[in-house]
Amino acid sequence: MKPFLKLTYSELKLQLREPVGLFFTLAFPVMLMVLFGLIFGNEAETFLGGYGQVDLSVPGYIGMIIGTIGMLSIPLSIATYRENGVLRRLRATPVQSKAILWSQVAAQTIIALLGIALLVITGLLLFDLRLPSGGDVMILPGILLSAFSFFAIGFVLAGVMPTPRTAQAVGMAIFFPMLFLSGAAMPRFIMPEGVQEVAKVLPLTQVVILLEDLWLRGEWNLTAVAVITAVLILGLIISRFTFRWE
Amino acid sequence: MNHIIEVKNLRKTYGRTIAVADVSLTVQPGEIFGIVGPNGAGKTTTIESIIGLRQPDGGSVSVLGMNPQAEPKKLGNRIGVQLQEAALPDRMKVWEALDLYASFYERTVPWEPLLETWGLADKQQAQFGNLSGGQKQRLFIALALLNDPEVVFLDELTTGLDPQARRATWDLVRAIREKGKTVVLITHFMDEIEALADRVAIIDHGRVLALDTPAHLIAQLHGETQVHFTTSNGFAADVLCEVAGVTAVNQHHQQVTVTGSGPLLANVATALAQYNIAPYDLRVQQANLEDVFLALTGRNIRV
Repeated sequence: MKPFLKLTYSELKLQLREPVGLFFTLAFPVMLMVLFGLIFGNEAETFLGGYGQVDLSVPGYIGMIIGTIGMLSIPLSIATYRENGVLRRLRATPVQSKAILWSQVAAQTIIALLGIALLVITGLLLFDLRLPSGGDVMILPGILLSAFSFFAIGFVLAGVMPTPRTAQAVGMAIFFPMLFLSGAAMPRFIMPEGVQEVAKVLPLTQVVILLEDLWLRGEWNLTAVAVITAVLILGLIISRFTFRWE
Repeated sequence: MNHIIEVKNLRKTYGRTIAVADVSLTVQPGEIFGIVGPNGAGKTTTIESIIGLRQPDGGSVSVLGMNPQAEPKKLGNRIGVQLQEAALPDRMKVWEALDLYASFYERTVPWEPLLETWGLADKQQAQFGNLSGGQKQRLFIALALLNDPEVVFLDELTTGLDPQARRATWDLVRAIREKGKTVVLITHFMDEIEALADRVAIIDHGRVLALDTPAHLIAQLHGETQVHFTTSNGFAADVLCEVAGVTAVNQHHQQVTVTGSGPLLANVATALAQYNIAPYDLRVQQANLEDVFLALTGRNIRV
């Protein structure tokens, strides 16, 4: 247990020393929320079901944080560690491989929760963000399920991509279209209905739907749960066969 | 237990590439054992199989009486490893690395004195990415010694270091051995082996070509010695052909090279004294391990 905790703490400190990565995971979603919050405000609107614009955007931003970490941070971080020989050095110690991999998951989960906390606190302070009522505790398992699912995609990317640069490039090429189509960065309802329907096959759309339903209605969207769980299981299986230490 | 390490007919292939064809060797307690060969000879794969990072395709490996594949964790606690092409995260600080790696072992020595010994005491707060090549290597040695290991594996320890740093590192390797540890030294530098190793295995194309002390290997060459000196003007060095043991004399302006066997330096010096020639730079060049490699493979190790 001690090596795992030490590795997690160490990885957390290292991630917090990466200014570029931190900008996208911690600062960018908050900036978006503040920007659109200042433009549109957060007045409760009946046609928005009694919520304001900021309230409605927060589940999407949470999805954005999870997606950024899963599809950009994790592949880049692991592929860099592999290319530089960091994993090689770790493997030459008695530390268990499981501890190395799970410490990465644990550290990135903590960073995701940090990013979400930052978002929610800023929302509360500036826009009187309406917190999920009734389902307030349930949002956390939903967040964790979504995070692990996207982290699994990240491990697949890290394993399949030969270098950190390709891991980053491919991660971006998949993530950015998904970010805009899923409703994580902007509301889905402004898009044509056909696009909305097609976008539902994207895992990030399902994450946004899951979190919206939990946050705004306190309900579990079972389709979303099923899709996200399937992605998680598939990701774990594929990464088990594609992951490389060197 | 007679052997610290016993490798029998080790074989390891990657697809169609045969990294190690057939390697057998034993390492005795307390010695510095060298494994030398050109790049791609199979040295690193041999070591990776010995420390349990690779599963051999054939043969057997025993380290400290253990099978590395069967008891990786137990073995990992008793060996120290400095690997080629290994790194720490660029932003990890020196003290953090030691503190982290210390948590991986059942038993460790305090790391502050280790940093002192390896000249990194003032680098505790430095990030790995900002260290020089030599400092990184010394940090890796410190990490390899953190668990007070019985055997230390050093792979291409001085590659990329300047000559002065190399000599300093050699002293430190001797210091490790003096603390009673067995050292396995992997290198493609023959001079490093000559300076440090008690015994050496010369490896090429995944096979052990020779295994003995460096002195024995050189002696077995029955090689001829060369004596070099610079003459004053007008000396016809041909007269040295008469000296006992001399087989050839080459003179190029003032540079003279005398080739032969036996106590060549003494014989040549005596002869020169008779002709009243007293060169300042009379020096002898003996066969070295590079010549041994050349004799074994028909090619130069540096090519």
